[in-house]
Order: sequence, then C-alpha cells, then structure tokens
Amino acid sequence: MSEFIAKSALELAAGLTSGEFSSVEVTQAHLDRIRDTEEDFGSFITVTDDLALATAKDVDDRRSRGEDLHALAGVPVALKDLVVTEGVRTTAASKILENWVPPYESTVHLKVKAAGLPVLGKTNLDEFAMGSTTEHSAFGTTRNPWNLEHVPGGSSGGAAAALAGFQAPLSVGTDTGGSVRQPAAFTGTVGVKPTYGSISRYGIIAMASSLDQVGPMGRSVADAAALHMLLAGHDPLDSTSLPDPVDDFVALAQNGTLKGKKLGVIKQLIGEGYDAGVRDAFTAVLDVAAAAGAEIIEVDVPSISYALDAYYLIMPSEVSSNLARYDGMRYGLRVEPTEGPVTAETVMAATRAAGFGAEVKRRIILGTYALSAGYYDAYYGSAQKIRTLVQRDFAKAFETVDVLVSPTAPTTALKFGAESASDPMALYLGDVATLPANLAGIPGLSLPAGLADGLPVGFQVLAPAREDRRMYAVAGPLEAALEAAGSRVLDTLAEGLTK
Amino acid sequence: MKYEEAITKYDPVIGIEVHVELGTATKMFDAAPNTFGGGPNSNITPTSLGLPGSLPVVNAKGVEYAIRIGLALGCEIAESCRFARKNYFYPDVPKDFQTSQSDEPIASEGQVEVELEDGTQFTIPVERAHMEEDAGKNTHVGGATGRIHGADHSLVDYNRAGVPLVEIVTHPITGTGERAAEVAAAYVRTLRDIFRALGVSEARMEQGNVRADVNVSLRESPEAPLGTRTETKNVNSFRSIERAVRYEIARQATVLDAGEKVVQETRHFHEDTGETTSGRLKSDADDYRYFPEPDLVPLVPSRDWVAEIKESLPELPAQKRRRLTAEWGFSDLEMRDIVNAGLLEAIEDTVTAGAPAAAARKWWTGEVARLANQREIHPTELVTPAQVADLTALLADGKLNDRLAKEVLAGVADGEGDPAEVMAARGLEIVEDTGALEAAVDEAIAGNPDVVEKIRGGKMQAIGALMGPIMKATRGQADAGKAKELILAKING
Repeated sequence: MSEFIAKSALELAAGLTSGEFSSVEVTQAHLDRIRDTEEDFGSFITVTDDLALATAKDVDDRRSRGEDLHALAGVPVALKDLVVTEGVRTTAASKILENWVPPYESTVHLKVKAAGLPVLGKTNLDEFAMGSTTEHSAFGTTRNPWNLEHVPGGSSGGAAAALAGFQAPLSVGTDTGGSVRQPAAFTGTVGVKPTYGSISRYGIIAMASSLDQVGPMGRSVADAAALHMLLAGHDPLDSTSLPDPVDDFVALAQNGTLKGKKLGVIKQLIGEGYDAGVRDAFTAVLDVAAAAGAEIIEVDVPSISYALDAYYLIMPSEVSSNLARYDGMRYGLRVEPTEGPVTAETVMAATRAAGFGAEVKRRIILGTYALSAGYYDAYYGSAQKIRTLVQRDFAKAFETVDVLVSPTAPTTALKFGAESASDPMALYLGDVATLPANLAGIPGLSLPAGLADGLPVGFQVLAPAREDRRMYAVAGPLEAALEAAGSRVLDTLAEGLTK
Repeated sequence: MKYEEAITKYDPVIGIEVHVELGTATKMFDAAPNTFGGGPNSNITPTSLGLPGSLPVVNAKGVEYAIRIGLALGCEIAESCRFARKNYFYPDVPKDFQTSQSDEPIASEGQVEVELEDGTQFTIPVERAHMEEDAGKNTHVGGATGRIHGADHSLVDYNRAGVPLVEIVTHPITGTGERAAEVAAAYVRTLRDIFRALGVSEARMEQGNVRADVNVSLRESPEAPLGTRTETKNVNSFRSIERAVRYEIARQATVLDAGEKVVQETRHFHEDTGETTSGRLKSDADDYRYFPEPDLVPLVPSRDWVAEIKESLPELPAQKRRRLTAEWGFSDLEMRDIVNAGLLEAIEDTVTAGAPAAAARKWWTGEVARLANQREIHPTELVTPAQVADLTALLADGKLNDRLAKEVLAGVADGEGDPAEVMAARGLEIVEDTGALEAAVDEAIAGNPDVVEKIRGGKMQAIGALMGPIMKATRGQADAGKAKELILAKING
C-alpha cells in the first residue's frame, strides 16, 4: 500500500497510464491511509470513500476499453471544503453550513470529475477560509504531520496536511491572502496561488471576491503545475475569469533553468520580524540558486509596507458583504430567537449569532465598519489606492527581474495554544509576505526551502500577472537544484511516515 | 387643506424615480428565464438564489437596453462604469445585497419633454439612468390585510429576483406649480411610451413592469431652499401617481400650516382611500455601504457599439407626433385628441394601409369610437386599421356612401367579415345599374306630377321630394348624384 502513497501525482499518472497499477488500488491505498492517520491529522471534514472508488473504477474501466483519458485520470485528489460539490455536503468549515448539500456544481469539481480524478474528500479549513492556522473550524482541529503539536497553517490547513501526511497526492486549496502558500510552507509542500482569474471561482464559496483564487497544491512543483493545468482556463460563468490559453506548466517546471534568471529579493520581506531559522533557510536557497547560475538582486517594493493595512480593510469589507447571505432564510442553519418576536430580522440575527465563529464575526464587523458612510473614503477608499500602488510597484520591480522571491512566512508552523490562539494581530502579521500577491493579482508559489528546528520553511516565488509560466520556469529547476543539494524536504517526512 | 389651496400657499418640488423591468429573455446576472408568472421559485438558478459560490454574469442585452433608454432620454453614456453592491438585509434579497450602480451609472444627465392634456409642455431634467436587479416577492400569510403586520408567516418567491431593471432618477422638478400632480403622471406616461417605442419592455403598469417612487416637498416660494421631502413608494398607475402627489402636497401644506415639520420618510399610497401613510423613517444616514461589485469587471461599452445603438433607435413618440401632425396636416388639438384617445397608432396603420389621413381620423374618432364606446372596449379592439382603410377605399370608389359605410362598419364590428364581405353579404353596395335607377326615377316622376311641375318652374330643391321614393324603390342603394342627373335629364327633356 505504502508504495502508492509515497509516489508523486505524476508518478501515479505514469503508472496508471502504463497499466502498472489501477486507480482502484491507488485510491484504496489513500483511503486506507486516511483511515489510519485521520485521528492524528484531522485533515478532512468529509471523506468520500464510495464516490472516490466509484470514480476510480469508472476510470479503470474506461482505460481498459482504450478510451482517451486525461493525463491525471485516476490520480486521487482532495478538495478544500470551500469548493462546492453537487450532492456532497459542503460546509466552509462553518456551523452555518453544517448540513448544506449543494444542488449545483462548481467549475473546479466539474473539471476534476470530467478528468476522472477520484475525490477522496473535503478537507478542513478555517471557517470560510478566515484564518492561518485551521483552528477556526467548526469541524475540529487539523494537526501538522511534521509535528502534531503544531498547526498546519491555514486556511487550507487540511489540504496541506493531507499532502504532507501522504493522505492525498494532490489537493485543491484556495488563497485569499496566503491560504495556500502559507500552509504549504508550514508542511513542506508546494502551494500555488495562480494569477487572479486563472482558475474559475464559480462554485468556490466566496470569502473576498477580488482576492480569492483557487490554488493547486502538491508535493512537487510539477505535481502542482499539472493540477493547475487541469483547473485553469476561461469560464463564462466567472466574469473575472481570464481568456488566456493555458501553458504547459509541467514542461516549464521540468525543463526550466536557473541559468541567467534574475531573482529579485524583496527588501521589505526579509529582516525584522522574520525568524532567524527562516532567514537562514531562505539564504541557503538563494545560495543554491546562485550556484545554479541565477542572479540574485535586491529589489525595493516600497508600498508592500502598507499592503497589510490595505488588505485588512479590503478583505473584511468584501467578507461583510459576501457573508450577508447566510441569514437562515434559504439554506443552511436557521435559528429562531429564544425570546421576543420571531421576525425575519430576529431570525437572521439569531442564526448569524449562532452560526458564525468569532473570527468570522470579527471580520464582518471590521468590514461593515470600513464600508460605513463617513468611513468609506478613509478606509476602503484609501485601501484601494494602496492596492493600486502595490500593483504599480510590482510591475516596476518586474521590469528588472524575472521573478521576485521572499520567505513565504516569517515563521515556521506555530505551536497550538498560547503562541497562536489569542492574538489576531500577530496572526494577521504572518500574512505579510503572501497577501501582496493577492492585492496585486499576481501569481505566487511556495516551495520547500529546508527545515528550521525540524519544521519546514517556505520559499516564495512571485511572477507578473498572467506570467504564471515564469514562476514555474524558476520554481521547477530551483526545486531540482535543492534536491540535488540534498535538501528535498518531504523525503525526510516520507521516510518517517512509511516506516 | 385642499390641494387647490395648498398650491397657492406653497411651491411644490417633485422628484420621480421610475423602475422599468426590461424585457430580456433572461435575468440581469444569470441564465434564469425572465418571464412573468410561473410557479413560485420556478425561474431560478443558483445565482438567482444567491447560493454559496454562485457568481453573476452581466446580461449584454440588458446593458444594450439600458443604453437605448439612456440615449432616448438624451443622456451621456458612460465610457466606463461599474456595478456596486447595495447592502441591506431583507428576505426577498437573496444575497442580502442588491447588485446596482452607485456613483457610476451607465447614463447620466438627460431630459424628457412632457406634454399635458391641454398641450402645456414641461421639460423634466433627468439626473441618471442606472442598471440593477429586482428583488423577489414576499407574500404575507395569515393576516387579515395581506400586509406583514398581523401575518402569521411569509413566503418568498424568487422568480423576480434578478430581473433586470433600469432606474431613471430625475433632478428636482421645479416650476410646475399647480400642475405638479399632472406633470408627475404625464412624465411617467411619457416614459412608458418611450419604453414601448424602444422595445425594451412591455411596460405594463398593471403587471408592475413600470413602478414609480414619487418624492414631494414644499417650500415657501421658488426662491426658498428645498423643503423636507417624503418618498411615496411603488405607485403603480398614472392616476395613482397624480392622486398621490395631490394628497402629499395637501398633507404637507397642512403640516406646515400648523407650524409643524414634514418628516423625512417613505410613505405608502393606498388606492382605496387615495391617501398616503407613513412607512419607515428615512434619513440621509441610511447606510447601504455601497462598494464596487468585485465579482464583475468594469463595463466599458465601446463607442462604436453606442453609436450603433443610437443609429438603431426608433423614432420616439414625441418626434413621431410632431412629424405626423405635419404630414397629415392636422391641428395640434386634433392630434392631441388622437393621442389622448390612444388612436395614433391605429390611424398611422390605417394611413399606411392606403387611407387618406383625414378619412382615417374621421372614422376612428367618429363612428368606430362610438361603436366601441357602446361596447365599452377600445376602438382598436373593435376593428383593424386594414378594415378601416378598406372602408375608406369603398367610399372613395363610390361603392358606399357615408350612411351605407356606417352599416358596413356595424357589420364588421359584429364579426361578419371585412368591409367588402359585409357589403356584399348585406347587399349594401350603391346601385350602379342605370336600368334599375331609371325605372325608379321614371316611377317617381310619374307618381309626382306636382313636384315635377315645381322643378320645371326652377325650384331645384323640390328634387329632394323625388329622392325619397327613389331611395325607397332602390332600398337606399341609389347614388343620389346620379339620380339627380337622371331626373333633370328626363324632366328637362
């Protein structure tokens, strides 16, 4: 069994194509692994055994009939429980959607189904993707497979833990301010936030519409690239979806070279506030890149200093509006007040009071305030101006370098309890390196950059909007160079787990 | 205080917001059918219901219609504009925000020429026309009145949620004085006619396709600053608009005369009593937390497209009236009567079918209107323009005279067929058979020697005494002119 779970998605795809093994075998191995480890990791809100095996069997049958199949057909995948799945409970990790079974299909799941990837289940997250530890879930805690005392990051913590815990070879997450890249960094996996509009948001439960982007995740750059290729492409149901053709990201990752590439180190994202261990690991990766022929240049992106402030105004503003619909009138939780009159208004209030967690409420209140008459210009309006500046600064920086790089997060995975739980501001600061990409709409990727005190560190690669190819063309060879230098992070974990 | 007195004491200022439902095939932001009726919650999609994860996509036809309306009102069409979210909690608003437009409307600054029944004209300044979506519909169950107060529970039908609307907002309309109420109604009627001419909506008031919110305020004099206004919501017929404005002006004048202040609020109009009652307090602090809709990209109608739409605009009702008045040689008064009677289109079609304009007008406003009135229906429901044109042709050809034509018309109205068929079936054609006429003339001459003497003596009007027997003999189908010629020929040898 373990032979299957240790393989990369592309290795599994190759084996399935050659007939070396079947999708049912591969899928069953992952379901067994989930069964055996879920008590420790808690990656999933819902495991969809029957559905996964049915898809696997169908793909095997079609393959035996000689049908033309997608390259990833039969390779299992886990979906963050923010992705709408018709007929399968979709919760957003919120009590307010605890028993919601969608009557329609998301474009992401539609593509996954059409390509024949067995869906293992729906992974845990911070409620409505708000958080960076996956502790803000109404469905229990997800633990970091590297050390169960530590958080997996978030909000796509379940998706990342499923990869690092070898429960799934591929995961679909979402990234609004770093929700794919940060948990990837914390778990030694690869997480991609594509250019805004690269992957359809139709059927992705919205957190902040102008920042949300679906993120492919895997244990290697090429795996994530393959999943990105499957999910990308124009969708007429999403007005913000780009019309661009989809590049061969896998080939770019596999055939790229660092020779002559200019890597811009963002001045503002290294230094104060960053753990020494994180800085050392980051510097070590730069050395490997330089040795492989890359040119390392320090780059100034001044407005990044204000990006966090802008983000924490725009994001909650959109949240306050996007989450208004959870009012107990049409679907999901409905709570009637225990005293006083039962009117639409009191039911809405009681439902929202009971259904939303503290962090969600905090952001709704923040956003409502920021959009209020008299405050709009000072808060939301100013934040949009900063957003424009960040976009401009990035565009300027990319005039001199191919990609920009930084540590993905200032720290490694936080420990449960005291360190993480109580101080929202400290947690918000943890997004400082990732959220500028969401503000600017540019693509970003986190790949493993070694360990610090036994926990993974993430290395972030940013590229200009609609130039995701550039990101892969650097991240792929960088990953290979790091592997050659003996620091392929996940192998360490794989050995431990498969004993 | 009565309206008549109120407007002698105060200067009324009105402002009107008109919502028109566009007649697109699908809703504004999703593919659900945009149709009236159907079972509750049958015309819906995940987007109409605001399901988690659903997204809006702009209906291009809806945008085109909004641009048509904007251009027809002489507005500037924005080079780029955005949708905005208007956030408020209400069960019939599926997302708990309405997708609308805030500070970036698609069309701004235009005007509408309005003509009252007596021909007085007013220019209504239009501030903006913007696109938005309609809400669903609440039905309150269990109460005596059907209103929310006293109801046991409410049901929501989302069929209407997401139906495309264009909202047209006027600047404050001043200078109407005692005509304020009439102007308000005439303005909405004019818009209704424009919507129909543009083909953007069926614009049926009774189906709620067109709804008006009427703002009214009073001030001491035209020089004084604007007074506090009330907004009477959802007034749905021209008559109601006029009554609501009259009522509000009278009510506010009474309040002011008593030394009290008008409260800024929304009010409801009641058809049965003609009164408005207080709704909820409304203040400028009403906070909808508008912000640009992040799920939609900015709308940038290309100048070529706008020019193309402008090119394709049909002739608008006012232009058409001016043109036809000149072409047909009617007086302004005649034209106004035609328009007020709702007969413009029928007469135009009748003329197109070959009838002279004067004849078409004469028949539609005369005998056709009279017959229709007896039956309590509109003239256009009685006969078709083609039938009226046929009738005038039979008259021109001398096959009918006025009296016979009326009989034919009655037959047509009774569903006996087209004029020619009725004429034949009822045997009403004017007799051109000279033999029959001659026989009748001879008989009349032979039977009335004293009359013949008078005619011989030069008393030409005595001919009339012979016409009676001739008509009787020919059952009225004799051509009076021909009969006269024959009589003279025979008597004078």
